[in-house]
Amino acid sequence: MEKQFLIAGFGGQGVLLIGQLIAKAAMREDFEVSWMPSYGPEMRGGEANCAVVISDEEIGSPLVTEPPVLVAMNKPSLAKFMPKMAPGGILLYNASLIEDVELRDDVTVIPVPCNQIAEELGNQRTANMVMLGAVLGATRFVGADSLKETLREWLGEKRAAMLDINWQAIERGQALNA
Amino acid sequence: MAVVFKKTNMLTDKPFHYCPGCTHGIIHRLVAEVLEELGIGETAIGVAPVGCAVFAYDYFNCDMMEAAHGRAPAVATGAKRVHPDKAVFTYQGDGDLASIGAAEIVHAATRGEKITVIFVNNAIYGMTGGQMAPTTLPGQVTTTSPYGRDTNHCGFPVKVSEMLSTLNGPAYIERVSVHDVPHIKKAKAAIKKAFTLQMEGKGFTLVEVISSCPTNWGKTPKEALEWVKSDMLPAYPLGVYKDITAGGEE
Amino acid sequence: MKGNEAIAEAAIQAGCRFFFGYPITPQNQIPEYMSKRMPQVGGCFLQSESEVAAINMVYGAGGAGARVMTSSSSPGISLKQEGISYIVGAEVPCVIVNMVRGGPGLGSIQPAQSDYYQATRGGGHGDYRMPVLAPGSVQEAVTLTQDAFDLADRYRTPVMVLGDGLIGQMMEPVDMDQAADRKPAEDLPAKTWAATGHKPTDEAPRAIINSLYIDPVVLEQHCMKLQAKYDAIEAAECRWQEEMLEDAEIVIVAYGTTARIARSAMRKCREKGIKVGMIRPITLWPFPEAAIRATLKTAKKFLCVEMSTGQMIDDVKLAVEGQRPVEFYGRTGGMVPTVGEIVEKLESMNGAKTGVEQLLNQTGAALDQAANAAQKTFASIGQKIEQKVNDPAFVQKTEELKQKTGEFAGKALDGLAKGATLLGEGLNKAFGALSGLVSGEKKNDNNDKEGNE
Repeated sequence: MEKQFLIAGFGGQGVLLIGQLIAKAAMREDFEVSWMPSYGPEMRGGEANCAVVISDEEIGSPLVTEPPVLVAMNKPSLAKFMPKMAPGGILLYNASLIEDVELRDDVTVIPVPCNQIAEELGNQRTANMVMLGAVLGATRFVGADSLKETLREWLGEKRAAMLDINWQAIERGQALNA
Repeated sequence: MAVVFKKTNMLTDKPFHYCPGCTHGIIHRLVAEVLEELGIGETAIGVAPVGCAVFAYDYFNCDMMEAAHGRAPAVATGAKRVHPDKAVFTYQGDGDLASIGAAEIVHAATRGEKITVIFVNNAIYGMTGGQMAPTTLPGQVTTTSPYGRDTNHCGFPVKVSEMLSTLNGPAYIERVSVHDVPHIKKAKAAIKKAFTLQMEGKGFTLVEVISSCPTNWGKTPKEALEWVKSDMLPAYPLGVYKDITAGGEE
Repeated sequence: MKGNEAIAEAAIQAGCRFFFGYPITPQNQIPEYMSKRMPQVGGCFLQSESEVAAINMVYGAGGAGARVMTSSSSPGISLKQEGISYIVGAEVPCVIVNMVRGGPGLGSIQPAQSDYYQATRGGGHGDYRMPVLAPGSVQEAVTLTQDAFDLADRYRTPVMVLGDGLIGQMMEPVDMDQAADRKPAEDLPAKTWAATGHKPTDEAPRAIINSLYIDPVVLEQHCMKLQAKYDAIEAAECRWQEEMLEDAEIVIVAYGTTARIARSAMRKCREKGIKVGMIRPITLWPFPEAAIRATLKTAKKFLCVEMSTGQMIDDVKLAVEGQRPVEFYGRTGGMVPTVGEIVEKLESMNGAKTGVEQLLNQTGAALDQAANAAQKTFASIGQKIEQKVNDPAFVQKTEELKQKTGEFAGKALDGLAKGATLLGEGLNKAFGALSGLVSGEKKNDNNDKEGNE
C-alpha cells in the first residue's frame, strides 16, 4: 500500500503544514513516510508545494510526479498540477479561491470552500485545516484520532488552546465527503 | 668549559637550505629564540607557507603543518580554534601572504584570529627564481618585470602592515628589518611582543620583517643589505602600525 | 528532520566540534544548524571568507587532531579541491559533505549527481582516492555521516558524504536516539601524528603535517603507502544494497535519491512480470564491482540510472567487463527522472533482447517455421497419393496403362535399337570428320603465324 499526495498553493496558506501533518499522523500509525518541499527561487515567487508519500514498505521515490491525490489551494497550483494527475485520482481544491475553471472529468473532484468555512468558524487561519479535514474524509489515510494527536503534539503546550478551533475546522472539512 | 653560546632548542639540527646572505636564517632564529624564551615553544604549532620558507617545518622544532600556497592563516585558524591555549604562528613570504593569500590574511586579521604571523617581505618571489612580487618596488627589475616594475602597467606594491592596521581585529602590527644588529634586536622584541599578546588572547598579531634576497636581486649579500637600507626602507617605513596595548607610535 | 539538519546533528553526535563553511544553496541548513548548535556543545562554528579558506581551516583543525567537517554544494566543492588534495597528501582525517546541484558552472540549485567523476576520481590534483558515501534516505544520511568520521580517523583520509538537494531538503522520520552520543569506534588508532602542540614523546614524536616530498623517490614511496591504504579500504569498506536480485534479468544500478525512484520503477515492473532487480552502491568509492559481477548469473543486461548524462555507468561497465550490455537512463541539470520514465526504459529493454539473442531467436524461429511448412507439405502430398491409389477408377486406369505401356515399351525398344545403330554410324562419321579437321587446323595454325609476323 502506498499513498501519494501533492499539496500546492501559495506561501502563507499553510500548504507545507498540511503535508507535514499528513506525514506525521501517518508516522504515528507506523507507516513509512516522506515529505519533500519545493525549494529555491520558485519559493520566492510565492508558490509552495510539497509531496508526501505514505507506505507500509520502504518508500521509493519521495517525489510525486503524477499525483493520485492533489490538493490545490489556489488557481495557479490547480492549473499547474491538475494536468499531471493520474486518471481516477482525487482532486481537492479550495473552492473559495478557485472559480470558473474547467475541471477534469476522469478524476473525483471535491470542492472545499476552505476560506468560507474558516470564516464561519471565525478564524481565517484555519482554512488549511479545513482542507486537511477534507483530505482525511476523502482518503482516510489515518484514523481521526491519530490526526488529532498529531495536531495536539504540533500545537504543543503553548498553543494548546488552539486545538479546539483547529479540530473543528478539520471536522467541518471531513464532513464534506465523509 | 663555560657555555657562552648555544643554539636555541627550538631549531632542529637540520642545516638551512637558504642561499648565502639570505636573512631567512636570522628570522627563523629570532622566532625560535622567542618561542623558547617565552616557554611556549614545546607546545607551539607552526604553519609553513609555499615559498622559500616551504621547509620551515624541518627547522622549527615544534609541531608543524605545511599549508597550501597562501592558505596558512586559514590553516592556523583551524589549529588555533582546536587548541586555543597553544601558541600558533604562520611564517609566510610576500607572494604567499600578499598575493595568492590576500583574502586569507585579511580575514584572519579582521576576525582578530589569535595567531602570530611572521611576514617576510623581500620584494620578490625567491623560490621560483626572482619573479615580480606584490611587494616589488616601482622600477625594480625582476624576471617578469625585465624593464623594471611599471606602475602604470602593473600597479603599486602592497603595503601589508599599513593596510591591515586599518582593521579592528589586529592587536599588534609592526614592521621591522634585520639588516644590522640593532635592527635585529628590535625585530626580536617585536616578535616577542606579538607572541606575548597572542598568549594573552589580545587578538591578531603580525610582524612584517624586511628581508633581503641577494640571489634574485643580483647582488652580493653586502650590497643587498645596503639596498634594503637605501631602497626598501623608504618604501616600507619601519615602526609600530597597530598596538592596542600602547595606543600609538613607539 | 530535514536531511541537511539531520546530517549536522549526526555529526555533532559523532563528536564533531569544528565546522567551517561558506553559504551556498542547497546545503545552507547545515551551516545554519551548526551555527546554532556548536556553541551549545562547546564547539566552534566559523563562517569562512571563502570555500578555499574553509577547507584550509578544516586542514588546520583536522591536522590539530579534531573531528572536523565542512559542507558545500558543487561549485563550492570545486573551490575546495585544492585543499582536499593537500588533506589527502598530509593524511588528515575530515568529513566533507557535498549536496550536489546541477552543473557545470554556476548551474542550477536543483538536485543532481553530476559530481560523480569529481568525487570518485579525485577532483583535486595528484594520485589519490577518497571514500565517498552516498545516502539514499535521511536515516542513512545520519548513519553514514557518523560512519564517515570513524572511516576518516581509521584511515587518516578525507571522507565525502555525497548527497543531493533532495536528500538535503527531504523530511523523513529519523531515529536520532540510535545516533545520539555516538562514540568513536573503540579500535581507532590514537592520533599520535597530530599537531596538537605537544612535547614530543616516543609514541608521539614532533608532528609534521605535510604533503611536500621534494625527492621523487620518497614521494613515490608515500604514494605507494597511500595506495596500500586504498587497497585496504577497498577490501574492507565497500558497501551496497541488493534488492530482488535472485532471478533478476535486468539489473538496475543507481545510487542516492535516484535509487529510490528506480526502486519504485522496479516494483512496477515486477508487477508486470518483468524480472528487474537493483544494486544500490552505498560507497561510490570503493565501488561494489564484485557485487555487480555476481549478478551475471541471472542478469542479461544492466541499466544505470543517474541524475547526470552518464558517469557511474563507466564503473558499471568496468565491473561487467563487457560480458553484458549496459544501458543508461539519466536526467541532468537539476532535472529528476520520474518513475514512469524508468519503467518505460525497462519495458523497452525487456522487449528488445540483446543483438545475438535476437538473431538466434529469429533464426530459430525461421527454421522452425520452415520445418513446419515442409512437414505440412509432405503430409498433404502423402494423403493425396493414398487417396488416388485407393480410387477404383485410378486402379482401372493404372491397369489399362500397364497394358498400353507394354505395347509402347516394345515399340520403344525397337525404336531405341534403331536409334542406337544410327547413333553409331553418326559417331563414326563424326570421328572421321574430326580427324580431318585436326590436320587442317594445323595448317591454318601455321598460316596464322606467318600472317602475324
